[in-house]
Amino acid sequence: MSEVLLRLVRHGQEQGCRPHQRHLLDRGQWAALIAAIGEDEGVALLGLWADPAQVHAALMAGEAILIASCAVPEGRYAALSPARPGAVRFERMIRDLWGHVAEGGLDQRPWLDHGRWPLTGPLAARPAPHAMPPPQPVFLPVEGEGIHQIPVGPVHAGVIEPGHFRFHVQGEAVVRLEARLGYLHKGHIGLMLGKSAQVAARFAARLSGDSTVAHGWAFAQAVEAALGLEPPPRALALRALMAELERLHNHLNDWGAICNDAGFAWLHARAGALREAVLRAAAIAFGHRLMMDRVMPGGVTDDLMPAGAAAIGAALDAVAAELPRLGAVCDSHASLADRMVGTGVIAPSLVHAFAAGGVTGRASGRGFDARHRPGYPPYVPTEPAVLEAGDVDARARLRMTEMEGSVRLARGLIEALPPGELTLPLPQRGGEGLGLVEGFRGECLHWVALDEGGLVRAVFPRDPSWLLWPLLEAAIEGNILADFPLINKSINASYSGVDL
Amino acid sequence: MREGWRRLLWPRLARALVSPPLTDAPPVPPEELVQALMARLEAAAQARLGRSLAIRQVDAGSCNGCELEISAMQNVVYDLERFGLRFVASPRHADVLLVTGPLTRNMREALLRTAECTPEPKWVVAAGDCAVDGGIFKGSYAVEGGIEAALPVDLLIPGCPPTPAQLLEGMLALLEAQGGG
Ligand code: SF4
Repeated sequence: MSEVLLRLVRHGQEQGCRPHQRHLLDRGQWAALIAAIGEDEGVALLGLWADPAQVHAALMAGEAILIASCAVPEGRYAALSPARPGAVRFERMIRDLWGHVAEGGLDQRPWLDHGRWPLTGPLAARPAPHAMPPPQPVFLPVEGEGIHQIPVGPVHAGVIEPGHFRFHVQGEAVVRLEARLGYLHKGHIGLMLGKSAQVAARFAARLSGDSTVAHGWAFAQAVEAALGLEPPPRALALRALMAELERLHNHLNDWGAICNDAGFAWLHARAGALREAVLRAAAIAFGHRLMMDRVMPGGVTDDLMPAGAAAIGAALDAVAAELPRLGAVCDSHASLADRMVGTGVIAPSLVHAFAAGGVTGRASGRGFDARHRPGYPPYVPTEPAVLEAGDVDARARLRMTEMEGSVRLARGLIEALPPGELTLPLPQRGGEGLGLVEGFRGECLHWVALDEGGLVRAVFPRDPSWLLWPLLEAAIEGNILADFPLINKSINASYSGVDL
Repeated sequence: MREGWRRLLWPRLARALVSPPLTDAPPVPPEELVQALMARLEAAAQARLGRSLAIRQVDAGSCNGCELEISAMQNVVYDLERFGLRFVASPRHADVLLVTGPLTRNMREALLRTAECTPEPKWVVAAGDCAVDGGIFKGSYAVEGGIEAALPVDLLIPGCPPTPAQLLEGMLALLEAQGGG
C-alpha cells in the first residue's frame, strides 16, 4: 500500500528539500494522496504546516520520509483530518496563522488565535487588522445524565505551563477532556522569518526550553541539509553528549514527578538531587545548565571545558549507582504500583494513528526513535526498547530504561571524543532542508527554506507534543479525575512547544 | 513486598539521618538590592509580611526554561522551604507573584485576574529576560514585551533562564527587605 502512496507523491514536482524530498502536488494529486492515506494505516502524518502560498504535510511510510505540498490559490485546501484525526490541530493552527481554510476539516474552531492579537492571519501575505473583542471559546458538548463540567486553568496550581482543561465528569470518572492551548503563543515563526540561520537558531532553542538542545540540533540539521554541509565529527559528538544529558535530566525530572504524583515524595527528592548533579555538570562542561545556544548551524559554539569531562563523568557515576536502587524501591511498593499500573492507558492503535513518538509512543508499542530511524550521526542505530501496556507504569519504566541508555551513550561519547574543528562557516546561499532529532519526549522536526542570501524564507519547528496532546485526552477517559495530574505528568507534553 | 521495603528504604533513610545534608549553603543577597526593596516597601507604606513568603508562580509566556529553574529551587539542594519560602496553589494565599515569560497577549487577562486575586500587600517579581522586557520575543505581534506592561514590578531577576541560585537570592532579598524595615 505504501508503494501506491509513494508513487502518488513522487508524481509531484521535486522542490529540492534535503535529505527528504518535497513534492509539489496539484489539487487532484493532493486529493488522491488524502484518499490513499485514508486507506493505509501504515502512513504516519508527522506534521502539517504552511507558508503564504502552500500547505505542507510531512509523511512517513515505511522507511521513507517525504513532504507533500499543495498550492492554496484561494486560501483553501482539501483537509487531511478526515483521513488522519491528528491533522485537526495543525489545520486549526494553519487557519489562525496563515488564514488557509481546510475544506472538509473536522474542526474549524480557532486554536492559537484567541482573538487577542492586533491582527488576524499574522503570517499571511496580507494580515488583516483585528479589533473585535475576544470570543468565548466553544467546547465540544457532552450529553448524559449527571454530567458536569470542571474548568481548570489557564493558571494551574503548580509550577507548570498555562493551558485550559475542560473536564466533563460523571461522578468521579472523566467522560471527556478537552484541552485548549495557545496561551503561550509568542509568534515564533514570524520572529524567525527574514533572519540569518544563526539568529533564527536562538528561537529554535527557545521553542520548548526543556528540549533546547534537541530543537537546536534539529534546526541546525535542517539548515545544514539545506546548505549541503556536514558538521565536523567533534561537533556532532558534543551535540550528542549534550542531547543525552538533556534526555537524562528531563527523564529524571519526569520519573521523580510521576512517583511524587503517585504519592512518594522521597523518590522525587532523590531523583531531583541526581538531576541537579547532571545540570551542574552541564554548567561546568558547557557553561550553561540547560546547554542553551550551544548548538549552532554549522557545529557547536564551544568546546567541552577542561573540567567538563570529569564533572560529567562524576554525575553519570552518581546516576548510574543510584538509579537501580531507586527503581528497586519503586518496585517494592505495592501502593505505587496501585496508582500507576493500568492508569491512563493509551491503546496501541491510537499511538499509531497519531504517530506519537517518544516514551509515550514506545510505551504503547510504537517502536519509533529518530536516533534509530532515519538515524543520524554520531548515533549507531539500535532498536529502541518498547513496551505494550501503554499505562503510566510503562511510561515510567521506559524512562528508567532510557536513562540507563543515556548514561551509557554519554560515557561512550566522552571516552571517544573525536579531535578536530567545532564548526564550519555557513555559505551564503539558498536551500531547503528537514531535520529530525530525538528529544526526550519524541522527535523534534524542523523544516527550513533559506533564500539566496541565506536568510530564513519559510520555517516550521514541530515539537513532538503536537502528536502527544490528543492522546492525553484519550488517556484520561474513564479514569478518575484525581489521576489527571499523574497521567498528565506521565506524558508531559510541552505547552510552549505547540503554542509556537 | 514488605521485606523489599525494609531491605531497601529503611537503611537508606537511616543513613541519611547521620550523613551530611545535600543542601547547599544559602546565597547572600546583595545589600544594595535589599536596601532598594526596603525603600520600595516603605514608599508603598505596605504592612510587613513577616519572615515567610508564599509564592504563586505564573507563566505568562515562558519557553518553560524559567519554570525548570524555578522548580529546581524546590529540590533538596536549594531547599527553599528552609527559608520560610513556599509555593502555594492559589493566588489568594500568596504574598509573591513570581512571573515568567514575555507576557503573551493570550495570557494578559489571566495574569491580571491572578494579580487581582492576590491580597495586598504583595510583591511582583519578573523572572527571566523575557519577563524583564520581552527578551528575545520583543516586538512580536503576540507579546506585550515584559510583565511591566501589565503590572507594576518590584523586582527583576534577569537571566535566560536565571539559575536557581539567582532566583533564590532574589527571594531572600525580599525576605531581608521586609525583615529589616
Ligand atoms: S528568559 Fe529564557 S529561559 Fe526564560 S522564558 Fe525567556 S527564553 Fe525561556
